[in-house]
Amino acid sequence: MSLAVDNLQVYYRTLRGDCHALDGVTFAVADGEIMGLAGESGCGKTTLGKSLIRLDGRMRLVGGGAALDGEKLPLGNDKAMDKFRFHEVSIVPQYAMSALNPIRKVGRMISEVLGARGVSYDETLPELRRRLGLVGLDENVLDMYPIELSGGMKQRVVMVLSTLLDPSLLIADELTSALDVSSQKAVSEMLVEFRDRGFVKSAIVITHDLAVLYQIADTILVMYAGKLAEKAPAETIVHAPRHPYTKMLLASLPEVGVTYSEQRLNGIPGRPPSLFDPPTGCRFRHRCPLASEKCLEEPPFVEIEPGHHVACWEA
Amino acid sequence: MLTLEGVSKTYKTGTFGGKPLDAVRDVSFAVRPGEVVSLIGESGSGKSTIGKMILRLLPPTEGLVSFDGMDVTTLERGALKGYYRRVQGVFQDPFSSYNPIFKADRVLEQVKDGFFPRVPRGEWDRKVEEALHSVSLNPGDCLNKYPHQLSGGQLQRLLVARALLLEIELLVADEIISMLDASTRIDVLNLLGDLKGRGLGILFITHDLSLGHYLSDRIVILRRGRIVEMGGTERVFGNPLHPYTKMLLASVPQLHRKWSDEPDGVTDTSFDGAGELVEVEEDHLVALEDSA
Amino acid sequence: MATVEPPVESLAGEPVAAEATAPRRRFGYELLYFALRNRKLVVGLSVVLALLVLAIVGPWLTDADPFEFGYPIGEPPSRDYWLGTTSAGQDVYAQFVYGLRSSFIVGALSAAIASLIAMTIGFVSGYRGGIIDEILGMLTNVVLVLPTLAVLIVFAAYLSVGSLVAEAVLIGVTLWPWAARAIRAQTFSLASREFVSLARLSGAGSTRIIVREIAPNMSSYLFLVFILLFGGGVLTAATLDFLGLGPAQVMSLGQMMYTAVYSSALQLGMWWWFIPPGLGITAIVGGLYITNVGLDEVFNPRLRER
Repeated sequence: MSLAVDNLQVYYRTLRGDCHALDGVTFAVADGEIMGLAGESGCGKTTLGKSLIRLDGRMRLVGGGAALDGEKLPLGNDKAMDKFRFHEVSIVPQYAMSALNPIRKVGRMISEVLGARGVSYDETLPELRRRLGLVGLDENVLDMYPIELSGGMKQRVVMVLSTLLDPSLLIADELTSALDVSSQKAVSEMLVEFRDRGFVKSAIVITHDLAVLYQIADTILVMYAGKLAEKAPAETIVHAPRHPYTKMLLASLPEVGVTYSEQRLNGIPGRPPSLFDPPTGCRFRHRCPLASEKCLEEPPFVEIEPGHHVACWEA
Repeated sequence: MLTLEGVSKTYKTGTFGGKPLDAVRDVSFAVRPGEVVSLIGESGSGKSTIGKMILRLLPPTEGLVSFDGMDVTTLERGALKGYYRRVQGVFQDPFSSYNPIFKADRVLEQVKDGFFPRVPRGEWDRKVEEALHSVSLNPGDCLNKYPHQLSGGQLQRLLVARALLLEIELLVADEIISMLDASTRIDVLNLLGDLKGRGLGILFITHDLSLGHYLSDRIVILRRGRIVEMGGTERVFGNPLHPYTKMLLASVPQLHRKWSDEPDGVTDTSFDGAGELVEVEEDHLVALEDSA
Repeated sequence: MATVEPPVESLAGEPVAAEATAPRRRFGYELLYFALRNRKLVVGLSVVLALLVLAIVGPWLTDADPFEFGYPIGEPPSRDYWLGTTSAGQDVYAQFVYGLRSSFIVGALSAAIASLIAMTIGFVSGYRGGIIDEILGMLTNVVLVLPTLAVLIVFAAYLSVGSLVAEAVLIGVTLWPWAARAIRAQTFSLASREFVSLARLSGAGSTRIIVREIAPNMSSYLFLVFILLFGGGVLTAATLDFLGLGPAQVMSLGQMMYTAVYSSALQLGMWWWFIPPGLGITAIVGGLYITNVGLDEVFNPRLRER
């Protein structure tokens, strides 16, 4: 059971033309794997996450597709995807904890969501209570309004709700960005525990924070400007990256123990390319110190060693 | 240079102000000329409130904020403007810091209108160019553009340039890079480092310990409005004593250490520890547990 | 109505493209593009503008005075008398077009007065907050809760409203509370944005900040408020006039209906007398409200149908 994405292309319609947000990505997530999807703003990671569950009004499936557990996902067909949503593929969207309806008690909101999906709240209640307990929430949370809960608690409620039907795939978009450091650790570890207990089979964790991914992800997939840059086990990405972008990105992250006076870190000069008219060839070549003539031709995303894919001629 | 003594801020909430909310409680610290002090705390710690009180955007309920011996809270008009020539701020959200219907460089014009009304245009333009160069911005790239045409990093740098036009002595930087991309964060951070090298004092407000460690000379750790630990950077990070500090250090996701490596129980948050600050070694103060 | 963008734009998944063209012009074109395609806006505005043209040009097309007697009594519309005559021998067409003029004048004037009051109170409350907000809020609440029509009736009866201006003033000072509330709310949210803090750090005072930073940001919203106040003013004036409390020497659509009703025009089947004014009022007010909804969609991209 796993996710296989094949040459997925999703563009945004805008007045200025099509924005090539996701331009042909191919990868797989194995059963039980937590894959981190990392990249900066505009790289397409949120688009990828969204397109696997629901294309919103402006998004257009231009090519490619995905298959979950061997079954093709009808990504372009909103109605057909309905039977997969929440049951097989579930998402914790960005800002989820701010999206809780402030005038609904938590329990009522959950019953509405379940009702909309054709699931009986009463039947699910015992399991719901059990899971709330597992994440350290008292079951009287169901009787509270969102404003009575802290950020960490809200995020936990959202996570329990999203995984209530044991989906095969959970997409978590910026799960911990808005949380304090202490809650961040608790919620991240909770995701791992969910996977360990089988509440979710596999998960894609979308974030810009590589350090969090290092803590909880099995593999990390780095994206740049709508394309894949590198994919490898977390340990390898962090300690032995091969793509210049990954290397430069890691080199720009301050850590506790590093000071400006002793070891000045460097950023990556320039800005990501415009996605309305993306450059030919490797999209990183304008900012890459290793760029050459070869890079005018787009490097394929190849496996250079077992489990390690890179899209770079120089890797 | 800047001194806070016993500063508190209490908000009256609830009907008829029945439930007071202590955003900041009895905070005292100082920033010396050319020094970078990091105010580190999570949400609700009061760090932004302290920043705003220093910038005179909020009045303190109690306590004294003084700059070079001058009481900042009683300044009015002309004296207040004089203060703003020496102390400025940059905030967290670059897109909220600019009025979206005007061009970005209007923030520079505002400074001219407010502080240099009689400076001739030619001289002003040169001053602006100089300030832009010192923050590594190309005038051609960022002048005459609207905020949404510029990146977050450029916008933040432009705000620093604006502050530099005034020859300030202290910059209050409130989470200025948390909304930027990872690869641009370090550039803005390095910019602050450069400015520090040129003698600018910085109050660096953040929730991210790694950033605090990168730049600062001294650290102040806040929790729920009170200082729990403070001192020289190496002292506090090298030898954290307060359980909250230890919890923060253990919970920050790092690239060279896993959470699973930490001993258990360090990340417990069930302690009080908000009593008096005691000097445990030179340049290192820690709050004791409340005996109550 | 106006949007406050969520903060984390740079970390969202949507790409940020670098633009070379000046977006202010593009922004204007974009507005125009959507404006011309918005059916509500086009329809509503067309109706209002058509009536406005009629109000301006109409009186030039006739020599008759609206109050002048001496025309054939109770005539239905004909080539000589385009909208017929009243049972007292007055020219209905003349009354109608002069009445339209009055409606537009009263509407505009009362809207202007109400807007001014609403903006002053709304901006100051929203920006300052605290005790000033509470006091102004109480004032707003009191005027809001007054049974406006009853008060106006009492005032009009005692003060004998003699001119359109007086009527407009009377209406204007009772029409503003909801607008003040709305402006206050918008100002509140804008005042918490960092560009206001930055303006303060540049030495700007409160008035300067409100006028230079906050109001321009709300310009589309203020425009919408004005349109709604305009419609409200026309309607309230018509109501007052219909009750016979408006300025008697000035012809207005409400007055036409008033006269028509007590002359039993309905029972006598003199449709040309009471339908035009009623239709006129409905068209102006309805047109303004529909324009308002359309404009809101144009200004606020999130409401657009597509």
